[in-house]
Amino acid sequence: MARADAVSLSLVGAGLAILSGCEGGASTLTNSGVSGTRETLLGAFLLIVAAAVVVVIGALVLIAAFRHREPHGVEAGIEPTRAAVDRRWILIGGILIPVAVLATAYVFTVGTLDAVASPGHPYAASVTLTGHQWWWEAVYQDSEPAHSFTAANEVHLPVGEPVYFGVQTADVIHSFWVPELAGKIELIPGRQNSLWLEARVPGVFVGLCSQYCGTQHAHMRITVVAESPDAFHGWLARQRESAPAPADSTQAAGQQVFLTRGCASCHTIRGTGAGGAMGPDLTHLASRHMLGAGAMPNTPPNLMAWIQDAQGIKPGSDMPRMDLPPRELEALVAYLETLR
Amino acid sequence: MEMQSTVSDAPTETLRRIWETPSGIYGQLATVDHKTIGKRYLVTAFLFLLIGGLEAGIMRAQLTRPGEHLVTPEVYNQLFSMHGMTMMFWYASPILSGFSNYLWPLMIGARDMAYPRVNALSYWTFLLSGIFLYTSPFLGQSPNDGWFAYAPYSLGLYNAGLNMDFYALGLIFLGISTTVGAINFIGTLINMRCPGLSMSRLPVFMYGTLSASLSIVFALPALTVACTFLFLERRFGMHFFAVEHGGSAMLWQHLFWMFGHPWVYVVVLPAMGMVSDIIPVFSRRPLVGYGFVAGSTIATGVIGFAVWIHHMFATGVPMMAMTVFSGFSFLIAIPSGIAVSAWIATIWTGRPVFKTPMLFSLGFIVVFVIGGVSGVVTAAVPYDWQVSDSYFIVAHIHYVLVGINVFAVMAALYFWLPKITGRLLSERLGRWNFWMMFVGVNIAFFPMHVAGILGMARRVYTYPAGVGLETVNLATTVGAAIFAVGILVFVVNFLWSIRRGALAGPNPWDAATLEWTTSSPPPPYNFAVIPTVGSRDPLWEGRVIGEAPSALALRSTLFSGPVLDHGRQTMTTSAIDAAQPVPQSMPADSPWPLILALAIAATCYGLLFGAWWLVGVGIAGTIVALAGWLWPTALAGTPQSDPVTVGAR
Repeated sequence: MARADAVSLSLVGAGLAILSGCEGGASTLTNSGVSGTRETLLGAFLLIVAAAVVVVIGALVLIAAFRHREPHGVEAGIEPTRAAVDRRWILIGGILIPVAVLATAYVFTVGTLDAVASPGHPYAASVTLTGHQWWWEAVYQDSEPAHSFTAANEVHLPVGEPVYFGVQTADVIHSFWVPELAGKIELIPGRQNSLWLEARVPGVFVGLCSQYCGTQHAHMRITVVAESPDAFHGWLARQRESAPAPADSTQAAGQQVFLTRGCASCHTIRGTGAGGAMGPDLTHLASRHMLGAGAMPNTPPNLMAWIQDAQGIKPGSDMPRMDLPPRELEALVAYLETLR
Repeated sequence: MEMQSTVSDAPTETLRRIWETPSGIYGQLATVDHKTIGKRYLVTAFLFLLIGGLEAGIMRAQLTRPGEHLVTPEVYNQLFSMHGMTMMFWYASPILSGFSNYLWPLMIGARDMAYPRVNALSYWTFLLSGIFLYTSPFLGQSPNDGWFAYAPYSLGLYNAGLNMDFYALGLIFLGISTTVGAINFIGTLINMRCPGLSMSRLPVFMYGTLSASLSIVFALPALTVACTFLFLERRFGMHFFAVEHGGSAMLWQHLFWMFGHPWVYVVVLPAMGMVSDIIPVFSRRPLVGYGFVAGSTIATGVIGFAVWIHHMFATGVPMMAMTVFSGFSFLIAIPSGIAVSAWIATIWTGRPVFKTPMLFSLGFIVVFVIGGVSGVVTAAVPYDWQVSDSYFIVAHIHYVLVGINVFAVMAALYFWLPKITGRLLSERLGRWNFWMMFVGVNIAFFPMHVAGILGMARRVYTYPAGVGLETVNLATTVGAAIFAVGILVFVVNFLWSIRRGALAGPNPWDAATLEWTTSSPPPPYNFAVIPTVGSRDPLWEGRVIGEAPSALALRSTLFSGPVLDHGRQTMTTSAIDAAQPVPQSMPADSPWPLILALAIAATCYGLLFGAWWLVGVGIAGTIVALAGWLWPTALAGTPQSDPVTVGAR
């Protein structure tokens, strides 16, 4: 079903397909998601019809303008009104054709609305996604409470299986949008909204907050990794674990820096004394693709820069500038890099 | 009964003495002349267009390249909020009010609007509310939550400065202007038409403005209520929107969009009307489907109240609501389809003359259709989930607002400024102006569709490199610059024309409606005699090709009629047929509208800064001004025996 849609889409959307070729982007046209593909199919139909309407009307305007240009300027006599001709223009061009096109679009819309309302098969996982100014908290729910765990700014999905996202906000309105997989849903105080995502192909997708939410709305991104069910279950198992103990003295020193220099008052690292809830859970920080909710790639030098000057990279965020001696900083980064 | 005269015999010196605003500062501040007020509206609104454009320019400079650091995130957020507010509220609607104020009495054979002093109040509150809003940049605390101001980010918990207080109070303040202006238009349209100017003979511009005014009267209270709630919650600890105190964040969205969607039609319907009146003049024939077009402006206004949820499809509304509101959102395209069809048919079956107003009208149709179809795309809920809150919507809203509002306004400026200034603008500069704006708008805003489809969210102060957004953003900035030069060409053309432009004469375009029977600019009394209208195109009577010229073809009596020189008098007629003419005395110039507006401004500043003494002064001033305004007096120059003499109205 989804495959057939994708095939027809790539046929009708050939003109638009050129837009989808950008590496690392977040194009709505890659058709990587099951519901997103249906939505894009509808969108492609509408955009093609829209383009046709613009072309036809543009042509009519041009022809009309040049058909009988008046050479004598505005002083010329007045063209008589022919009521029957006028009425035909309105009835055909203004009513019949628009009604036919709009009715078709509406039927297509309602059909798509129904088709994407729920996935065809059971959910592989259930995630409670909470928006914060300006990062994402993801709790993977498990019927066994001890198996539930908290991740941040990165979620994983098994390819070919739907995942349920219950979305909520800790502060203002946000919106969860993974353009390559599906349309968006707002995170609204006091409301429980939900969305399902099913990736058709493996990949690393960009998710973003699309509802303006304050100073750093531009840097509120989430990485969505779609991988084989086996890899996904391996990821789940690793994320459930607590952080490993430091393996050498540098890492141990780094952990001490984390616990004594204030980091722990905002961040949690499971398996240590760090249990802060203000900022993202860092238990598996090093396993993530990005830092600072998509502000930059997660590399050791970037991590060091982020700790030293988060305000320079993401001004207005709650992450303060950490003025650490170089040795402590290096130890801290060495420790954090073990949190895989 | 009333003294009848021809134009050449009319006592024009007496009329001039009765209607002319005395020169000097007092006269300027107290005038209720609709032409003066209209000009002030046009100039002020155009200045707001330039200010809003400057804000856009800074934003486009910031977004030219990924990772630019021209402005801080907070400044950027204030810029896009002020840009949206300025353009939507202090430019797009007031500029149309400027045209209406100036032109309506001229179009309907009247000597003023129905409520001249209310008209003055409308302008002063518009100006002072704009000054109020633009106090905020000087404090570095401009509104920073977009023109839509979603709660709870607008609440004190997340937004402690004065930013959103400026938003709430500024819009309540401006709302006074907009509301009284709308009531004035409705009252004028119903009451003030000259004999014979029945509802079926009105310019379409007036239908558009009528529909917009009715929308204002019914929709604006939702915004005023929302802003009042917001201010009470921010400053008095009341709870409307904060969920943790039992409020609802959705309440703001519903109130805002119940207002917000009709507002879109408020700023486009009169503009569509203006184009509907301009195209026939340059097509040398009456508008095709006049009744359909006039009716579709009203239908759009009505259906416009049933589509607001389409701004909220991603908020988790129930399936039923999505299905219904999607349906209405498709449906509302049909009246627009009728209008487009009528415009094209008029040009097709006419003999077009390519003057600048016509160029802008043709460009208007194309840009209108692009903005229209991209709007229809967003009526499809599942695809709206993709494009909503992305740059696709930024593209859509700009095609709609620049296309339908700005292009129509440019057409209208080239068309009616000669009436206002008495001088024609340069056609050569006009063509440059048109082409720069037409090319600029498409280079600026078409790529935004692509940016949205490529996953660029709205309201971001920067975007990452390497995700395909560089080219489209660079193009947008270049297009915006071209567009801005186009606007500058207009400014140059205007300044040149008022000194050097060719004299326009009464009717430079050989147009058909009443405003073109007066001199350019019109005298203070507009019409030396009140005309009687017998057709939709009074100045084209007897000119139709193939129609045998005869006395019967002249159905209107434009140059003889009642003089009405017992003080400021004009004619009122019945609401539908414009029959049963009754002379109506009009009020004299008055300082009270300005004093009232100043008192309201003092109240707003007092509330903003928590300066209760100033609030007291403002409220006292409001009471005094209203008392002075409403104090019963005989109207200046009105004989006491005149049965139609009324007190202050």
